[in-house]
Amino acid sequence: MIEKEVDVAVIGGGPAGLSAAISAKNNGGKKILVLDRNSWLGGILPQCIHDGFGVEETGSSMTGPEYAEMYIYTAEKKDIDFMRETMVLELKRNREIIAVNKDGLYKIKAKSIVLAMGCREKTRWNIMIPGDRPSGIFTAGVAQAFINLYNIIPGKNVVVLGSGDVGLIMARRLKFEGANVLGVVEILPYASGLPRNVVQCLDDYDIPLYLNHTVTYIEGRDRLESVTIAQVDKNFEIITDTKKRLECDTLLLSLGLVPENELSKNAKIKIDNITGGPIVDQNYETSLPGVFVCGNCLQVYDTVDVLSIGAKHAGECAVESIKTKKIKESVIKVKPGRGLHYVVPQRINESGEVKFTMRVKKPKESIIIKINAGNKEVYSKKLRYVNPANMIEIDFDISDDLIKSKEDLEVTVDG
Amino acid sequence: MDKKQITCIVCPIGCKIIVKTDGEKINLIDGNKCKRGLDYVRSEALDPRRVLTTSVLVKNGEWPLVSVKTTKPVPKKKIFVVLEEIKDIKVSAPVKIGQRIIKNVAETNIDVVSTKSVKRK
Repeated sequence: MIEKEVDVAVIGGGPAGLSAAISAKNNGGKKILVLDRNSWLGGILPQCIHDGFGVEETGSSMTGPEYAEMYIYTAEKKDIDFMRETMVLELKRNREIIAVNKDGLYKIKAKSIVLAMGCREKTRWNIMIPGDRPSGIFTAGVAQAFINLYNIIPGKNVVVLGSGDVGLIMARRLKFEGANVLGVVEILPYASGLPRNVVQCLDDYDIPLYLNHTVTYIEGRDRLESVTIAQVDKNFEIITDTKKRLECDTLLLSLGLVPENELSKNAKIKIDNITGGPIVDQNYETSLPGVFVCGNCLQVYDTVDVLSIGAKHAGECAVESIKTKKIKESVIKVKPGRGLHYVVPQRINESGEVKFTMRVKKPKESIIIKINAGNKEVYSKKLRYVNPANMIEIDFDISDDLIKSKEDLEVTVDG
Repeated sequence: MDKKQITCIVCPIGCKIIVKTDGEKINLIDGNKCKRGLDYVRSEALDPRRVLTTSVLVKNGEWPLVSVKTTKPVPKKKIFVVLEEIKDIKVSAPVKIGQRIIKNVAETNIDVVSTKSVKRK
């Protein structure tokens, strides 16, 4: 076994890992190592060739590969070590990482660790679509890699299930490559992706969006031959007499993303069942001291801009924890209340400003977000419009008194 | 007089804005909740444009494709003409990010540039 010792080890070289590593270096970290299983850095970004990246962060709109190159260029100048084509097999509770690549098996001892493993797409089996098992069924991200990285067109007549952003973007991409896109099918009464993408990817090319619809059956012997779609009622029950058969050779699934936390779970790091990511404090430190988390394996972000800013914070805190070695006790829990799906961080153990990120359960107009400590309201903010597709960010100053009171915080949405 | 509905994409509310236009001038805008929507709808009704992103074939590269974009938004009605012109292009590796791939694509006075670097195989 090849042994290595570093200050900060970052697992994952996508946008989150790169941002965390650069930040760790900028904040005085000496030996920073980024591990990634791919031969390239930037994670998913090189296949996201559409534009709209970096608007909030830099003020100009970039494509995914451009955004990635900006970070890779900075990281490579900063004397950060990279191990590519390296698979992390195990994260141990004493902050040792077991990894493998073509040179052999590694044991890497790190003073602190940042988890940045990203997320994975939901598949057909997450929603159990009945029917045959032919070829021609892809997750939208896999189809995106085929088309944009490997020059392979997955099919000619395409139905997209799920209106997440990747699904919408792929509908347009396939249209550009000459495919016939029969429609995007969404079980909810509203699109899951950003309104901008509904307009620029579907409306622009007259691609129909079937809201309150789902795929009820898949048919095909070797290759996909058809899918059956049907309308659903308020309780998502299929309305049988609305069934319609669409002949197609390809079904793309854009059903949502799940944070990738196999390594975290095996290390017995506590996971939030709603976000799918580790439970963290205001420093993005997990329940395992010295292990921090950022990016889509913490929570699935809407934009890479907000993700990078969060990862920067995690990188800084990872270095800080080596310097101070403070033992913190979890003092206050933060819970989602009425109308709120989740809130991150879930724990606060220090006074100071905290950036809360959260999602509502349903789209709503004219609402008030409140933070309550016990029965006392400590924060409120009016918002004109909220939507589950748009993460809400709130900066809130945690006072010493609030920490002393040990009252848990509850965040609610009313209106 | 042409009447159309445009979904505003300036903010997440997504107002459905009704616009009446004769193709040169706007005569009526209704349904917008704020002023920012006006500017968006004006350009969207009279001269809708989009930044076009796609990819170009690469010879001898570590990847078979290089991603590209138009340097400015191109008129919406020219998108498929631009795509047609891009399809016939093949560049040789190495390609540098920001390298000009096509000058004045489809007579739009807009260039197509690479958005990624591709090394030689």
